[in-house]
Amino acid sequence: MCHRGQGPATTTQEAHQSTKAWEQPLLPARYLEASCGQCHFVDLPGTPQLNLGRKLLATYGCVRCHQIKQADGTVVQPTDDPPDLRRIAEKTTRQWLYAWLKNPQAYAASAKMPNYLLSDAEALDIASFLMAQSAASASASASPGAADAAALQKGTSLYGESFCASCHAMQNAAGLLVGGDLGPELTRIGSKLKREWLERWLENPHAYDPDTAMPRYRFTSQQVALLTDLLMSKTDSDLLAGASSDPATPEQISRGKTLAQKYGCAACHEINGMDKPEKFAPDLSRMGSKMLSDIAFPPGMDRSLPAYLRGKILQPRRMGPSSKMPQYPLATQQADALTSALLALTDRAASLPEAMHISAHMPSSYEPAGQAGQLMKELRCQSCHAINGKGGDMAPDLSWEGSMVQRPWFDGFMRNPNTLRPALIRRMPKFNLTEAEIKLLGDYMFTAYQKPGFEAGGPRGINSPEIVAEGRNLFYVKYACQSCHIADYKQDKGYIGPPLAEVGSRLTPGWIYSWLKAPQSLQPGTLEPDRHMSDDDARALTAFLVSLKRQGVEKGPK
Amino acid sequence: MSPRQSLAFFSVSLLLLSSCSRRSATPSASVPHATAFGSAIVLVSGERQVDSLGATLSQPLVVQVNEAQGNAVTGALVEFRGPVDIVFTPDALLTDSSGQAATNVTLGPTTGRYRLTAATRGSKGELLELKVVEVGLGYQQNLGRVLSDKHCVRCHDSESTAQRVSNFDNLTPPPHNFSDGVTYNKISDADLMNIIGRGGPALGRSAQMPPYGSTLSKAEIQAMVAYIRAVSDPPYRGQ
Repeated sequence: MCHRGQGPATTTQEAHQSTKAWEQPLLPARYLEASCGQCHFVDLPGTPQLNLGRKLLATYGCVRCHQIKQADGTVVQPTDDPPDLRRIAEKTTRQWLYAWLKNPQAYAASAKMPNYLLSDAEALDIASFLMAQSAASASASASPGAADAAALQKGTSLYGESFCASCHAMQNAAGLLVGGDLGPELTRIGSKLKREWLERWLENPHAYDPDTAMPRYRFTSQQVALLTDLLMSKTDSDLLAGASSDPATPEQISRGKTLAQKYGCAACHEINGMDKPEKFAPDLSRMGSKMLSDIAFPPGMDRSLPAYLRGKILQPRRMGPSSKMPQYPLATQQADALTSALLALTDRAASLPEAMHISAHMPSSYEPAGQAGQLMKELRCQSCHAINGKGGDMAPDLSWEGSMVQRPWFDGFMRNPNTLRPALIRRMPKFNLTEAEIKLLGDYMFTAYQKPGFEAGGPRGINSPEIVAEGRNLFYVKYACQSCHIADYKQDKGYIGPPLAEVGSRLTPGWIYSWLKAPQSLQPGTLEPDRHMSDDDARALTAFLVSLKRQGVEKGPK
Repeated sequence: MSPRQSLAFFSVSLLLLSSCSRRSATPSASVPHATAFGSAIVLVSGERQVDSLGATLSQPLVVQVNEAQGNAVTGALVEFRGPVDIVFTPDALLTDSSGQAATNVTLGPTTGRYRLTAATRGSKGELLELKVVEVGLGYQQNLGRVLSDKHCVRCHDSESTAQRVSNFDNLTPPPHNFSDGVTYNKISDADLMNIIGRGGPALGRSAQMPPYGSTLSKAEIQAMVAYIRAVSDPPYRGQ
């Protein structure tokens, strides 16, 4: 069942190594986790490779061309966000599209767009077609702005203060990518964008793309200009060097449309006049049981399903001239993970009784409601925060935020979210919210995001100096909390957990007490170990932590 | 007979016919001829890597051939050998202009230490060998590694990476790296389980080591112990 193999072998060697000619030989050790995936459709701690492979199927858009219906009946859904191209001419130029189509990774090393290995003429044809199908076409070209050094310096500061790097990466001078991967890499963005488009985008991204994960910042027009200057200065003169600037001919546009249909561009991107192709690529729902006799192996390849899958994923065009699958920028480790995920899709898994399938929970469709909900959608809170089971995992879950934090702290954090984890690159951006907006958000969160039956006040009798001193002793001696947390910046250095020096002004006493008693019950998967603490210890520690108040007046930024 | 059964039958017969001539899973390409000889073979990088069974190690194994004065030798033939189920890509090559030869190592299907040899010939035909160890983790040990990466390494690994900053330097007494066999090999499985499950003070050690008995299951703590044993250096040989 688990390791495959079949039939009687009479020697160990035959059973373990010589079964290549069999239809379902023993699974190679490196793909062993595929077997777990026949029953388990949720991530398991012991199957990192399978988990990664399944995630890649969704994030690299594999399932936009290939359908994958798992044995438990769920259809794998894509989680990537390929851009809508119906207004692409507003955003960029044919020269950039040509360079991008020729080699997406030359523009951004981290780009997920695969390389279709197009000839120069093919790339120019498709670029011409994409520009021609676009609704509105601004004539301005992507000319880098001539901003002075002082403005660029200000723009760089604003880029940092706005925490653009939480989602967007840029290459630094040493060639290392610094920043998050939620949004596209910005290293050469100035060679791509038209200035007017970028200004409009920074002002309100949702006007161009209603589904983008990018929040609508409340930038002033001056701030928009600073960021635009900065981003438009990020150019690469080599990138567009080979691109033709002659106007597109009708023949090019027509050939480009044919090519776009051939390569299935519309499977991922919205394109005017082109429908999403149905069943564009083979269904992979039973890929793990594909008969070897149905596979055309290229010369020199091991005659086994894992070798075929891995080879096809790493070098799709090696399988023959008719293959349309593009070249993905995958490391061998990622290809192995994808192979494992595909090998899990077997006939055998489908034939198992339903009771043996361990499925994921139904995905949540929670959206915040009302006026505050509208604001939260504009700020795209759920791009980073999960709420009631829906949202990103970059930032803390907010489902019980109203029980967890104190209102004055929340208001201050919204004004200036700069305090909590200074060591992190990925941090909460500053949205420049108005006081009315902060009140709207706070009123909603402190009403809706409450843990049921929760006593925010915490245990009684935690204000006496004696119990605070006892808690301090427990903190430093018995539980050695300072190993991971900072209660006093003068002496503590632990920085695995959040600093607690002002925790008494941030968290509610009730949250601190419940957290100490059972951290995983408030935040499943948190690193904080469950200390199985007695009520008395938890009470005294709560008293100590509550006593760690913020110094000075609660008012705006420090 | 269904098509699949008949195919299987056919395959078995084919196998019996071909089994006599088959020797190794990966037939070696033609071995290049050495154009130079050295007097020593030394390690550059890629030893003591830890990965799951069947995985290709993330770093290549790189060795260097030197002559008597310690200068690098270009064109010396280096052959990599190991247990029958390990795969080197390539398994023989000539040293490059900096005297180095690099191979990618794919671990076999058995758990434990893989003792590998990189060999070259001296000018008098004598064999020069370099022994290298890589570690293959079985299922339980691999689970231990996953748990360790989540819960333990931030303190127990003194090295920082781009993704995580080590907390090692903030702790007194300092924690022990899991490969520290000198320390861990003296601790029995039962004591290790107790330290992880009940925390450092349970065995008179530092309270900085918190208890994980209410956070991790017993099976998970056993997996942690299996992982620590697998990566220990010098190797753990039982009590």
